[in-house]
Amino acid sequence: MDAILKTEHLNLWYGDNHALKDVTLEMPEHQVTALIGPSGCGKSTFLKTLDRMNDLIPGVRIEGKVIYRNQNIFDPQVDVTWLRRHVGMVFQKPNPFPMSIYDNIAYGPRTHGIRGKKELDQIVEKSLRGAAIWDEVKDRLKKSALSLSGGQQQRICIARALAVEPDVLLMDEATSALDPISTSKIEDLIADLKKTYTIVIVTHNMQQATRVSDRCAFFLHGELVESGETEQIFSVPKDKRTEDYITGRFG
Amino acid sequence: MADMSSMPEQEKKAEGKPSAMTRFKNRFGLHSARDVVEFIVHTLFFLCGFVAVACVLFISAYLVISGLPAILEIGVTDFLLGEVWDGRNGEYGILPFILTSLAGTAGAILIGVPIGVLTAMFLAKVANNKVAAVIRSAVSLLAGIPSVVYGLVGMMVLVPAIRELFGLASGSSLLAAIVVLSIMILPSIINVAETSLRAVPKEYEEASLALGATHIETIFRVSLPAARSGVATAIVLGIGRAIGEAMAIIMVSGNVANMPTSLFTSVRFLTTAIASEMNYATVGSLWRDALFSIGLVLFLFIMLINVILNVFIKNKKED
Ligand SMILES: Nc1ncnc2c1ncn2[C@@H]1O[C@H](COP(=O)(O)OP(=O)(O)OP(=O)(O)O)[C@@H](O)[C@H]1O
Ligand SMILES: [Mg+2]
Repeated sequence: MDAILKTEHLNLWYGDNHALKDVTLEMPEHQVTALIGPSGCGKSTFLKTLDRMNDLIPGVRIEGKVIYRNQNIFDPQVDVTWLRRHVGMVFQKPNPFPMSIYDNIAYGPRTHGIRGKKELDQIVEKSLRGAAIWDEVKDRLKKSALSLSGGQQQRICIARALAVEPDVLLMDEATSALDPISTSKIEDLIADLKKTYTIVIVTHNMQQATRVSDRCAFFLHGELVESGETEQIFSVPKDKRTEDYITGRFG
Repeated sequence: MADMSSMPEQEKKAEGKPSAMTRFKNRFGLHSARDVVEFIVHTLFFLCGFVAVACVLFISAYLVISGLPAILEIGVTDFLLGEVWDGRNGEYGILPFILTSLAGTAGAILIGVPIGVLTAMFLAKVANNKVAAVIRSAVSLLAGIPSVVYGLVGMMVLVPAIRELFGLASGSSLLAAIVVLSIMILPSIINVAETSLRAVPKEYEEASLALGATHIETIFRVSLPAARSGVATAIVLGIGRAIGEAMAIIMVSGNVANMPTSLFTSVRFLTTAIASEMNYATVGSLWRDALFSIGLVLFLFIMLINVILNVFIKNKKED
């Protein structure tokens, strides 16, 4: 098992709030790892730490390691823009830029120095196809991305993340704001994307976790209680607290 | 509002023929002391609001009535496109004033907008709270300085500096006016642009950072475009402020009715033309009437700017 991304004894504090407690977790390549747990247990915090989006928040203190391809991402020589280019993020609320669909997708590549129209055209098409939305928007690439439905916007955001050719894709409750049909489209998409990318998702939906993930990690009060193959976690959980949570006895 | 039918049944029957006072009260739905107070306060609000409307209507009407006859007498083209103004000797061409006002405003925008917008970006997105607080209070002080003080300082410092720097006979020039105007329009540009930059949803900026863009790239490529209608509003407000200013620039621009052929010419603006000659023109003369006509032209410019401003604000709401 090849862990492209792993954490070692990761601790995080928001001021005095110890939000992640000694979390050690491996996220293997080309697999979907699902983070589950009750609200406030630190799933989003964990996910944001993986591409250092927590750096933006004042008062955050981090100890321990996050290792991406044998490189501790907190090492001073690591360029955070390099990291974020390789570890992409899709947010809970669809957040396309108030620009055209085309410019949304081209934003990342342009940021990383790609200017040629032909090359950008190719990237835009490939990314939109990759996010399974090309057919729906190919005739209106110049239209504002905000004119699309919520489910379409979220796939635009996925396409935008794909356009910088990341390695790892982090998705924080990416379907929680969507209707069931859009949700199932994105779940199918995740199954497809894992052939190319390594994916980490946060979800509150246990069915979704069993449908899309290969591995599962259960968090409680900032602690990683249990992690392992999704099938194992959902059939024979080792920890009583995991069992209680997945059977809906608390959370 | 309550209507007749809400009046209690017994009252209607008992009264038989209602008195004039009751009829009045009923007509306006006034059934209790509180209703009367409501009615009075409503009326008061309406009257206060009407004061503003009445003033605008009065000023518009007054300017048209007192400004239009002279324009017609001089001839619209002779008035607007005539290159010579000499009120004493019956020359009434205001093209130099129009062009000077346009050039002065354009120059002020050219200098003031980049500085103002960059300051706003710094305040909204980069500066820490302490630095931002210092700059913000400086900006509001700047807004509070009376324009005659801008004029004084400009006259004592800027005009001599321009004279020395460019080796001129006099530093009173279009350039001096532009510099003063560009400082004067800064506060409104900074305030409006900062507010709209702050209103940009954080999600946009997060998305940009998550794609590997730097903080500065994010500000320029996401925050600024997302705030563009607010920034446009700021610019139009700046234009309005610059084109209407008189006192500060009368003191630094030399106040001669030249065509604005270069930055170093002494010039006269639409505003300063009125201010500087009103006291000399004999009441009832065409000269004096023509000054009112200049006022009308200026008023039309301002109206145009307001229309543009409303279009931007409307667009912003639709965004
Ligand atoms: N920006 C922040 N500043 C301070 N504390 C924070 C911040 N973000 C999260 N926290 C705290 O960290 C803890 C974990 O929050 P986090 O958002 O990671 O939970 P979560 O598991 O994602 O919850 P949810 O399922 O509701 O999204 C909570 O106690 C929360 O209050
Ligand atoms: Mg969360």
